[in-house]
Amino acid sequence: MSDPMAEIRASFFVECEELLESLQDALNIIDEGAHDNETINIVFRAVHSIKGGAGAFGLTALVNFAHRYETVMDEVRSGKMEVTNEATKLFFQAADLLQDHVRTARDGGEEPAGSEEVLSALEALMGGPKPAEEEAEEVADFVPMGLSLDLDLGGDGPDAGDAATAAEGAIDEEPAWRIRLQPHPGLYASGNEAFHILRALQGLGETEVDCDTSALPALADLDPETPALAWTVTLRGDVDEAQIREVFDFVEDVCTIEIERLQAAGAAPALPGLPGIPDLPDLPDLASLPAAGPDEDAAPAAALPPQAEPARPTAETAPAPTPTPQPPAAAKAAGGETASATVRVDLDRIDRLVNLVGELVINQAMLAQSVAEAGLPPNSSVMTGLEAFMMLTRDIQDSVMMIRAQPVKPLFQRMARIVREASAAVDKEVRLKTEGEATEVDKTVIERLADPLTHMIRNAVDHGLETSEKRVAAGKPAEGVITLSAQHRSGRVVIEVKDDGGGINRAKVLEKAVAKGLVPEDAQLSDTEIDNLLFLPGFSTAAEVSNLSGRGVGMDVVKSAITALGGRITITSEAGVGTTFSISLPLTLAVLDGMVVHVAGETLVVPLSAIVETATLMEEGIRSLGPNTNVIHIRGGFVPLYDLGAELGYREPKQSYVGDIVLLTTQEDGGRAALVVDAINEQRQVVIKGLQQSYGHIPGVAAATILGDGQIALILDPPDLVRSASGRTRNAA
Amino acid sequence: MTNEDKSHSSAEVELLSFRLAEQEYSVDIMSVREIRGWTRATPLPHAPPHVRGVINLRGTVLPVVDLSTRLGMPPVEGDARNVIIVVQVGSQSAGLLVDAVSDILALPRTELQPPPDLAADEAHSFVNALTIVDGRMIRVLDLTAVLPSERIEAA
Repeated sequence: MSDPMAEIRASFFVECEELLESLQDALNIIDEGAHDNETINIVFRAVHSIKGGAGAFGLTALVNFAHRYETVMDEVRSGKMEVTNEATKLFFQAADLLQDHVRTARDGGEEPAGSEEVLSALEALMGGPKPAEEEAEEVADFVPMGLSLDLDLGGDGPDAGDAATAAEGAIDEEPAWRIRLQPHPGLYASGNEAFHILRALQGLGETEVDCDTSALPALADLDPETPALAWTVTLRGDVDEAQIREVFDFVEDVCTIEIERLQAAGAAPALPGLPGIPDLPDLPDLASLPAAGPDEDAAPAAALPPQAEPARPTAETAPAPTPTPQPPAAAKAAGGETASATVRVDLDRIDRLVNLVGELVINQAMLAQSVAEAGLPPNSSVMTGLEAFMMLTRDIQDSVMMIRAQPVKPLFQRMARIVREASAAVDKEVRLKTEGEATEVDKTVIERLADPLTHMIRNAVDHGLETSEKRVAAGKPAEGVITLSAQHRSGRVVIEVKDDGGGINRAKVLEKAVAKGLVPEDAQLSDTEIDNLLFLPGFSTAAEVSNLSGRGVGMDVVKSAITALGGRITITSEAGVGTTFSISLPLTLAVLDGMVVHVAGETLVVPLSAIVETATLMEEGIRSLGPNTNVIHIRGGFVPLYDLGAELGYREPKQSYVGDIVLLTTQEDGGRAALVVDAINEQRQVVIKGLQQSYGHIPGVAAATILGDGQIALILDPPDLVRSASGRTRNAA
Repeated sequence: MTNEDKSHSSAEVELLSFRLAEQEYSVDIMSVREIRGWTRATPLPHAPPHVRGVINLRGTVLPVVDLSTRLGMPPVEGDARNVIIVVQVGSQSAGLLVDAVSDILALPRTELQPPPDLAADEAHSFVNALTIVDGRMIRVLDLTAVLPSERIEAA
């Protein structure tokens, strides 16, 4: 924290992540074949910016890689290189490697392997590596420019003359653009120079440059750092907007740019004729210009020779630091451009806020309880005030949870890479389609979803999809499609991994499960039950163990990871059509829907996601099994009975459980368990308070929460509880 | 021993003394965060007997140790007269359930004596030092040994 460089470095890497994201986006568009120049530009710009930043931190390996990548993209940008399928694949690979390079630069570690191959392949497509001369120029972009006076203007004279004559040539059929450039104070501070921009515009076609000096303060008030001039450029020539935008690549955020296409008819108001503004290096002249200078909208603008441009360098020599008020029009335009402004906030701060709000919720519940106990009339002002307070608290909680929520897009992008790598490894043609990338989920959920999702995607590529030959034989396109989608559904987020492969071969799955002794030989299983065999530990269907999946640790690990997040996973599969894995997750890990129950005088919370149903025990439903244990007979199956009070050590097993309430829960392996409780109190959302930090792990207990009366209740983890349970529901005596 | 490290830092030590089954104990006041009245703790399953449970300390979950049981004495009854001393060692916070708080004592470190080695008594491994104030013997507790988590004991 004390090191400002470290902070800047950290923010560079955050930016890198964003750039890499936009890079992936653009590549996806290119992959779909729907790209235009702007898309290529985005790719170029992302790589370029990473290179620039990396150069500033002396990250040589990253700079070198980015530079070679960028050189190739530059060729594409200038139309010298075709975007073929092969090229796109390499672009993706290079993007993946770029990401690896960024990670290496950030975290240290091994240089990613394979960079050279990809780069060479790219350069081969381009027609050999570029000579290094361009490099010097490119890198120079990032050297902060000195504030030297650039008085080398002589060479521009003829150009200016040309422009003026061209303007006099009046209307022609070529498209014309009006570009208004209003530098912000940050422009010069970031080492940019309006002069270069104007010159670049000139390079695009015939230009008329018109200087708006209306904001120019008196000489005594001139602030060398504050740009006081604005320019309106009328550009004629065969250029499109993207080309013009490109000129402003590095100054977009430090000046207001308005680009407007002029209709051919009204394109050229008679501009010439007005007296040119006198040579600007002459400061007194400049300062004494009439305040009501040429207005770009109303009055016909004056054709300003490019000599006007050094206004800034000259102005620099003048002292008097007075900020120039921004013209309202410019301010408005700037406001419009930053519509989706974001703030980067440290995650710790958000977590602190989340915790505080959690406490607020608890406090409010406690307050509500004491007010209720005070026996005030329901329409008293305290009660109505409290109700409003409760609603506000709920709103605050929702909003705070929303801060933590993040779109699943980065996660999906990582999966795109997994698909590319996995499909290359098994030599299948696979396309990943993503839907609902903007769906927002709690950050922690996203983080913890990455591993299971990777597993599932690999499985889909390896097992789900058939080989290209088989696909063609089945009358499907050779290219397999995996669809990854996310959507909100009734307070949960549902993520689906869908392939259009052959579906689950149930006969084979069953055969395998029998062979492995996972199910009895004569078992009659429904399709769903067979599908769920995939989640059994130690199950692997791949006939051959490939290097991708098939180590037999796949789906059961996925399932336990999802369950640990409070989610559920289901499979649907249709032969010949494909398989869909559907994960349903809570939106946040900070609150939980729970059933509040009483056991032996204690209050406990059981996560609602674990409960399948509740039932009252009948005498005929309870069967004894062995000397200490009971099972209950429910819906045609036998379910082991566990006494929560006894398992948690609150009491000895009871003599009889007739008339007691049981919660039927499901286990990760699909097994069920019946938990005896004394009473069900209510169903409510509870704020999760971890026990790990203050105490440590307790078998069978997931966390704790604070109830409305201020008491702490434990949140159970039924699968964990059952795993370590004794199952004693009878006394042998 | 930890009190040896501390003795370098200052010549005087302030102790919060409390009663526990007719014996007087104390802890370094620097590790005391607050003193709370008795509230019922939510028992934790599979916890050692001296862990009384957890209480809600302004929104955080605080484990409570019954010091009396921890030191091998009969458990504290748990009624309105008992208090919970909230202590913090490192990043670990815990509540110590004691009979009653008696005093705050300021004395020179030199008056603290290492306890004699008596293996027969369970309490002695938790006692850092002994001192005499007004003719009463006061035991200074080693908090890291008393707290429930192994994490702290390892640290």
